[in-house]
Amino acid sequence: MTDTRDSAVNIDASGVHYRELNTRLRDIVTNSNRKIELRNVYGQRYIGTNLNKPIEIEIFGTPGNDLGAFMNGPRIIVHGNAQDGCGNTMNEGEIIVHGHAGDTVGLSARGGKIFIREDVGYRAGIHMKEYRDKMPVIVIGGTAQDFFGEYMAGGTLVLLGLNLGEGKNHKARFIGTGMHGGVIYVRGNVEEYQLGKEVGVTDLEESDRAALRRYVSEFAGYFDFDADDILSHKFIKLYPRWLRPYGRLYTY
Amino acid sequence: MRKLRQLNNSYGDDKVIDACSIFGAMNTAGKRFSGESVIKAIANMHDRGNGLGGGFAVYGLYPEHADLYAFHIMFLDNEDKQETEGFLRKHFTVIREEEVPTRSTPAIKNTPLVWRYFLDVPQNLPENLSIDDYIVAKVMEINTGSNNSFVFSSGKNMAVFKGVGYPEELAEYFRLEEYQGYLWTAHGRFPTNTVAWWGGAHPFSILDWTVIHNGEISSYGINRRFLEQYGYQCTMQTDTEVIAYAVDLLMRQHNLPLEITAKVVAAPFWDEIERMPPKEQKLMRALRQVYSSLLLNGPFAVIIARQGEMIGLTDRIRLRPLTVGEKGDMLYLSSEESAIRLICPDLDKSWIPMGGEPVIGRLKKGPNPQDITGGERLSAGKSV
Repeated sequence: MTDTRDSAVNIDASGVHYRELNTRLRDIVTNSNRKIELRNVYGQRYIGTNLNKPIEIEIFGTPGNDLGAFMNGPRIIVHGNAQDGCGNTMNEGEIIVHGHAGDTVGLSARGGKIFIREDVGYRAGIHMKEYRDKMPVIVIGGTAQDFFGEYMAGGTLVLLGLNLGEGKNHKARFIGTGMHGGVIYVRGNVEEYQLGKEVGVTDLEESDRAALRRYVSEFAGYFDFDADDILSHKFIKLYPRWLRPYGRLYTY
Repeated sequence: MRKLRQLNNSYGDDKVIDACSIFGAMNTAGKRFSGESVIKAIANMHDRGNGLGGGFAVYGLYPEHADLYAFHIMFLDNEDKQETEGFLRKHFTVIREEEVPTRSTPAIKNTPLVWRYFLDVPQNLPENLSIDDYIVAKVMEINTGSNNSFVFSSGKNMAVFKGVGYPEELAEYFRLEEYQGYLWTAHGRFPTNTVAWWGGAHPFSILDWTVIHNGEISSYGINRRFLEQYGYQCTMQTDTEVIAYAVDLLMRQHNLPLEITAKVVAAPFWDEIERMPPKEQKLMRALRQVYSSLLLNGPFAVIIARQGEMIGLTDRIRLRPLTVGEKGDMLYLSSEESAIRLICPDLDKSWIPMGGEPVIGRLKKGPNPQDITGGERLSAGKSV
């Protein structure tokens, strides 16, 4: 299934079980630094796991759940949609999806960046965290479904809503429920009732704008958008009102 | 596949990554197609299940007997069969009977007898009893009777095929690639709290309703007790059974439209109701009060089907996945998009519905329009 004649390593994943596919990827990455192209991907899970190198993997098809789970270094580019659990607990690297993604994008991520061109499902960024220089970032071009940034503990979520249409707002409910760290930048507005009770809303400061410009420029570069155009729109910043909202829940 | 798992799992772990898989495919123009593509799609989600249950529902299956009730019945032994056949002859006219054709495969073991009967209903039913009520009552009598006979399906021009095994193995056993239908649903099971047996595999069915489900109905006890008051007896030892009876009660007996039924089983939150316009608020409050015992609590993604209609629905906070694909007249529902793409790579549209909002596929013109009741006929994939 492997063709090494081109500069990139080509793999036809048709009918290949995920364990076999990921074993093959590990073998290739151990022995070279070449780019890998996966074709005919239909639901194989955990692609990108346990490849601790900054190599590039281009996927044509629909990768399975937990794409890039625990990933530590690679850059994955998906030409298609991602399923659930994309970037689960990733530590370093990038996932770029030219399409939409399912539920729990970047759950428990602790580093790295995820760029989704279109919408994401429920619970994107759930329990994302940060520590010192480890700052995970998720940028979403479309809109998000409910529980966006649930239990968020760190890192940055950017929600652009580029497909919403003029004057339309995001519909997600329970945004930032249980949030106790990190920051969410939303292009456009959300109503009070859409937010978890732990979430505060404020305008962006200069440092926020600088960070946002960096992330949006990167997003615009990948998907051929005009960053200035995106940034010219009004953004709001969502932040946790308390760092330990449940600190006294079990104490007497 | 199982062999591979042993060979390649260098970590020697026993991590269980399973969850049920659900898949549905419907041609909304009513064109029938073979089970081959559906089998391929559900097999692609093999790793979600664990081989302890698989099943299929097929509509437009028996056009040559479209006016007869097709009973698919499982018997644990021949004596049960004799006794139940006596019951059928007493209460119905048996037009045709035969064993459901199978082929022996190494994967499917301890097979029970599965027969099908094409039944006509006697003319002289009591005045206050509809034919459908009569069917439901007789199915309950068979299922709760002292012998081990269980009705897998009892609708017209449709049937359920199910058992213990992976869905693709059961498809091979029941020779499903040889059948044609315009609507197929398929399920791969990972049993959570309940026993794995042939009756406990999905789909669950009454009349021409079928339900396949990924999740757990934690309100099972409340739902079951409520349904018992209306004569529905739960005998399959699995939570999903209540959904089949709930939709029969709400939509057939109480004549509620599908959109309203969805608001009963996946009711909007109270704070959401408070933001609705007064008229809608009144309706939603009434539904939550009258049918509070039919609220399905706990995580679920279901595909419900009946003649002419396929419905995808998840719980209000979408604790189980459901994704939608559309291509021409075809509507696909699946736990994973990859299973759809495998059999239809160039979808016109692919999207993920909101929790609690049904995705509805309806026949544009039915092969059996007399069987299609209620509701405005929308084209495929209109979400409400």
